[in-house]
Amino acid sequence: MKNLIKDSVSGFKTLVVGMRLTIDQFFRRPVTVHYPREALKMPERYRGHIELVRDPETGNSLCIACKSCEKACPSDCIFVEGIKREGEKRKSPTEFSLDFTKCSLCGSCVEVCPTDALRFTKEYNLASTERSAYLYDLLRRLEGQKK
Amino acid sequence: MTIIEPIRILLYVVGALAFVGVNAAYLVWLERKAAGRFQRRAGPTEVGPAGLLQPVADAIKLMTKQLIVPPGSDELLFRVAPVMVMAPAMMCFATIPFADSIAARNIDVGLLMIFAFGSINVMAVMLGGWSSRNKYAIISAARVVSQNVAYEIPMLLTIITMLMVAGTMNLHEIVRQQEAGFWAWNVFRLASNPLMPVTFIIFFICMLAETNRAPFDMAEAESELVAGAYTEYSGMGFGVFFMGEYANIVIGCAIATALFLGGWGSPVGALPGVWWFLAKMYFLIFSVIWIRWTFPRTQFYGLLNLSWKILIPVSLTTLVLTSIAIKIPRMF
Amino acid sequence: MSVPPLELIKGPDETFILNLGPQHPATHGVLRIKLTMDGEYVTRAEPVPGYIHRMHEKMGENRTWNQFLPNTSRIDYLSAMAYTHAFVGVAERAAGIEVPPRAEYIRVITSELNRISSHLVWFGAFLLDLGGFTPLLYAFDDREKILDLLEGITGSRLTYCYYRFGGVCNDVDDAFLRGTKEFVAHMRPRMKLYRDLVTDNIILRKRLTDIGHISADMCRRYGATGPVIRGAGVAYDTRKVEPYSAYREFDFDIPVFPEADSMARYLVRMEEIVQSLRIIEQAVDRLPDGPFIAPKMPKVMKVPPGDYFYATEAARGRFAVRAVSDGKEIPYRLKLRAPSFSNLSLFEEASRGMMLPDALAMLGSLDLVIPDIDR
Repeated sequence: MKNLIKDSVSGFKTLVVGMRLTIDQFFRRPVTVHYPREALKMPERYRGHIELVRDPETGNSLCIACKSCEKACPSDCIFVEGIKREGEKRKSPTEFSLDFTKCSLCGSCVEVCPTDALRFTKEYNLASTERSAYLYDLLRRLEGQKK
Repeated sequence: MTIIEPIRILLYVVGALAFVGVNAAYLVWLERKAAGRFQRRAGPTEVGPAGLLQPVADAIKLMTKQLIVPPGSDELLFRVAPVMVMAPAMMCFATIPFADSIAARNIDVGLLMIFAFGSINVMAVMLGGWSSRNKYAIISAARVVSQNVAYEIPMLLTIITMLMVAGTMNLHEIVRQQEAGFWAWNVFRLASNPLMPVTFIIFFICMLAETNRAPFDMAEAESELVAGAYTEYSGMGFGVFFMGEYANIVIGCAIATALFLGGWGSPVGALPGVWWFLAKMYFLIFSVIWIRWTFPRTQFYGLLNLSWKILIPVSLTTLVLTSIAIKIPRMF
Repeated sequence: MSVPPLELIKGPDETFILNLGPQHPATHGVLRIKLTMDGEYVTRAEPVPGYIHRMHEKMGENRTWNQFLPNTSRIDYLSAMAYTHAFVGVAERAAGIEVPPRAEYIRVITSELNRISSHLVWFGAFLLDLGGFTPLLYAFDDREKILDLLEGITGSRLTYCYYRFGGVCNDVDDAFLRGTKEFVAHMRPRMKLYRDLVTDNIILRKRLTDIGHISADMCRRYGATGPVIRGAGVAYDTRKVEPYSAYREFDFDIPVFPEADSMARYLVRMEEIVQSLRIIEQAVDRLPDGPFIAPKMPKVMKVPPGDYFYATEAARGRFAVRAVSDGKEIPYRLKLRAPSFSNLSLFEEASRGMMLPDALAMLGSLDLVIPDIDR
């Protein structure tokens, strides 16, 4: 009987403590970021989908079409084709496409690239109703960035 | 008199409907907003300023949704159940004394009427669960019944205690007795019962259990029974259940205000009484929300244990103490 | 019209079948549990896994060692670090690669941060199972800080894929170390908040104490590990019994609670967060200088023929990789021992005769991650 009363009182006390803690949180500022109105900054190393890096001297891609990335990719989502143009020492890509529907953003391609011709973008607002919207032509993307 | 009377009734019906509707809608908003703040979120913000139009948007959404009656269910009962939650709640508003002159009806057995109608709510949830032919809903229906049987008893015991103190079932009369100041509020009338605050807490706990609010929301228990008795309800069928739940909370808190916290009586004397009534009532409603967003749900048998092993003995004790405290001075 | 299965015809025993899942709020994923119920009492619970089976083991036999690396962080998405750790560990052990001490320390720090974040998710989800919503968001608030830290160095919030054969892929920067120290300082008072708000709460205590017994014997029979067996009074932790990486160099305790009920498992995890904070503090203070990846690592990993094994302590228990190599670029066989699968297996025996809410509370205390069960 005595124990029961003691347990009830101490149990009731824990409830009061809990309510005090939540009301304390009630009067503090919300910690959430109101997303579409304001957005957090993506960290430096954020792994978005990949894009080609431009050579600062020539303005062309650094890619030498060695196909290392194509081989390293665990999901077969990169396709590279290249030729050796007249008067150039290295091969250059004629086609570089990324099937983003398959990509798992592991970054193996960026890591194996011998010329550091690939990097991650910081894009995350990627929604579409069509599958074809995710077949990126990275060479054309590079052209677009030039302008 | 004969012409005015029907108009008066009509006005009160419209008034009660509007009060219940607005309260149910905006308590959902309040609940979501408060839940947000308790959890360090902002709550609804997009629809209207501070999300104030959110209930309107919700209502439009619920009304445009298809009402699905599951095959094999008892269609009549399935459709009647939401109405049966809402209608008694509205009836109860007839006797709530918002202020000395603001009440639909000043009935001598007001308190009795509220508790008579109040228990229909249970049957409605049970019927809703039973008729939807869903296993989760049936489990929920069974829980609701045993839970409410267990909690009616301590609740009525505390009411009997209050009746003995007040000596009347007329809510207006009960409030008038407490008008002198906050020391005269029933919750502080320690002379007639030293355990009065405990009685109030028991009443409040029972009210939470009766209205199926957390931490006693056995009927809904979304992590166990998906949505309990409301699992098969869609659109406004669910919406009405939801509104009924909030209407019942409003009634519970209004009765607690009138019975224990001095109704429209003002502790300091400023402002007309109706504001004091509403302030006290909304404070209690806020406490209900506060409790919901603080505690985990109780276990089902824990809930029954609490009722049979703690609440009923304690409320019986307060009943006995009150009768002694009332009787002994009269003996001399 | 076909004849319904025998178990659907209501027998004289008055039991009925309740299909819990594949979509149910309490299973936290696509797990289905076929419950035979007698009223609200569970007489038999038959877990039906496999809804999210992705053939990780078979994938391992079809891609090179390097290519399988991203898969490891997707088996148990909440404790990805420990899983990657086991996979790079087995390859390093096989190829005899010496991992530089700085890399080992970084692995310990990130693994332990990951363990805390995993336990915080469990804490929130478990309270959600018990009907308390608010602790979930407090826990996620803290977890967000860990995810920000790990995103800063790995570039990803869940599927880190941070470890490489011979080390880690990026060095940690000062911002990360500073942030980690701040997080440890921030987390200690938060543990007090959790204790006052949740652990001491009478409703929670009543719901968990003496409910959901899983004895040490049962754990052994089903191979349950992690907080489940430590909550049954057995001090079995891979970090102590088979110390890997740099764990030998740190001073930490293995929390053990002998009560074997849901509360014991709850307390083990809460105490593990505290212990992980201790390890992180020591590791950040003593972080050695040097390279973060072993020098001269080949671009394509090749493993000499043989049968190799490596186990780590993931947040849910012992995760082990057994790799059989025939000397080629692609492993011959990869066996992934997932802790959640063993932990789920005992549910059928342990839940017999329990009430539905108690059984679900016990299910929550096992801390299941469904992709980890199905692999």
